[in-house]
Amino acid sequence: MGAIIKREIGAYFTSAIAYVVMAVFFLFSGYFFWNLLYYDTTSITYYVFSQMFMIVLFILPILTMRLFSEEKKQRTDQILLTSPVSVWKIVLGKFIAADIIFLCCMAIYIPMVLVVNYFAAPNWGMIVCNLIGMFLLASAIIAIGIFISSLTESQIVAAVAGIATALFISMMDTFSSAIQIEFIQNLINSLSFMTRYQDFYSGLLSLADVVFYLSVVGLFLFFTTRVIDRKRYS
Amino acid sequence: MVEVKNLVKKYGSQVAVDDVSFTAEAGEILGFLGPNGAGKSTTMNIITGYISSSSGTVTVDGCEIMDDPVGAKSKIGYLPEIPPLYVDMTVRKYLEFVYNLKKVRLPKTEHIDEVCTVVKIKDIQNRLIKNLSKGYKQRVGLAQALIGNPPVIILDEPTVGLDPKQIIEMRNLIKGLGKKHTVILSSHVLSEVQATCDRIIIINKGKLVADSRTSSLSDTLSSSHNLLLRVIGTPSSVMNALRSVDGVVKVEKGKFVYDGCYEYELHTDKATDPSKGIFYAMAKNNTPIVLMRSNELSLEEAFLKLTEPTVPGKKGGRS
Repeated sequence: MGAIIKREIGAYFTSAIAYVVMAVFFLFSGYFFWNLLYYDTTSITYYVFSQMFMIVLFILPILTMRLFSEEKKQRTDQILLTSPVSVWKIVLGKFIAADIIFLCCMAIYIPMVLVVNYFAAPNWGMIVCNLIGMFLLASAIIAIGIFISSLTESQIVAAVAGIATALFISMMDTFSSAIQIEFIQNLINSLSFMTRYQDFYSGLLSLADVVFYLSVVGLFLFFTTRVIDRKRYS
Repeated sequence: MVEVKNLVKKYGSQVAVDDVSFTAEAGEILGFLGPNGAGKSTTMNIITGYISSSSGTVTVDGCEIMDDPVGAKSKIGYLPEIPPLYVDMTVRKYLEFVYNLKKVRLPKTEHIDEVCTVVKIKDIQNRLIKNLSKGYKQRVGLAQALIGNPPVIILDEPTVGLDPKQIIEMRNLIKGLGKKHTVILSSHVLSEVQATCDRIIIINKGKLVADSRTSSLSDTLSSSHNLLLRVIGTPSSVMNALRSVDGVVKVEKGKFVYDGCYEYELHTDKATDPSKGIFYAMAKNNTPIVLMRSNELSLEEAFLKLTEPTVPGKKGGRS
């Protein structure tokens, strides 16, 4: 598994995907942060982290698009699947690699928080809560992206399908208000990534939200292993 | 070392591999021969655990591929038809990745150096794989299969796309590997397997049609030996004299060679060698033999005979 994590991270940086994703992430984080400082608005958590929801949703499919599609296209999955490594570890290795790249993106918040700390005493609890929330959200999106990538041989298809899924996730709350049936509304609300994320940037670290995101991760990574195995056992 | 039993692979209603069984002993080079689409790659993919079989078992050095995939896979080095190379890595980085992926315990730097020396890619270690020629890519693919010194090495058409010089080098390399490893290689080129393998398995349309040592393959295919004769003399008297020789089953008059000289095709009994008797009979008959040679099936003919569509009533030579 270590070998796969190392290789994937290396590939992210040689193919420039890591730089592009990080640059976009830094740009938007920086822009929102500048807004925060310039307009002297409420708090870093509310202003920066709430806005970043959409950005996280839409840049992560770029990170996950090639993880399995490219392996299949180049036939390199043969070396992975004929090596003494279980399918679970292959999937997990790729997931962790993408997660580490996202952690590199999140590193931009260290200087930002320090700047805030210079001007005022920030609420550290809130900030940690937000970082956890963003990391969990990203992990869930990465897991979904990996699953989509395992379904196709084309990076482009994986990216487009990933972004479409992101769009759907971001619009779930709109659907809920459009549908008048209470049962469905409740269902959509409980599955809404946005509502769950709101809890975090409101400073609420709830076990239910953490379990929700971790379940999404577990479920989609499991689906990915099933997709890979199904192809082999068909 | 490798034991394949009653292997079947079905894709829907299509049978890709149909009840194939064979074993490869330690230190043996086994050739897997068949026309394109015969099921060679499918069989190899099943042995290496890349795809599953519909039924049947594959045991590699005591490990069953379905029950103990990690154990079995750690004993196999596999070079698929298209080498599984990460083109954006350098050769060295790629081999290090494979080393880590296979959890090899040998000393890292020395082992990778050794493998590079064996396949002669030492001087291109720091080049990106995407910039390499086909021949070098194939060698890097082979190096990848050798990492970890697995007891079993499986090569799927290892010489496809190489130039004649590289083919000879690759053959010698494979022969060298056969001393320490069990090698299974596939090919649709006969001379290829004939040159490198100790034993040949012929597969056609998913079915095993022959399994024998390379040297005796054409032997086992034909129940009777053939002799080709050129004799000077009247055909009728020559044929009469030939028929009387002990061990000769059938005589056929062949083509006209030159004035007074004809070719004769003789089907002979396998147990007795009639060539001496033929010599004396012809000498007595005063019809000199100009040429006599055994007219056995060449491997090429044997292959074609085995893989041609079976005519009803005419059974393929299964040994």
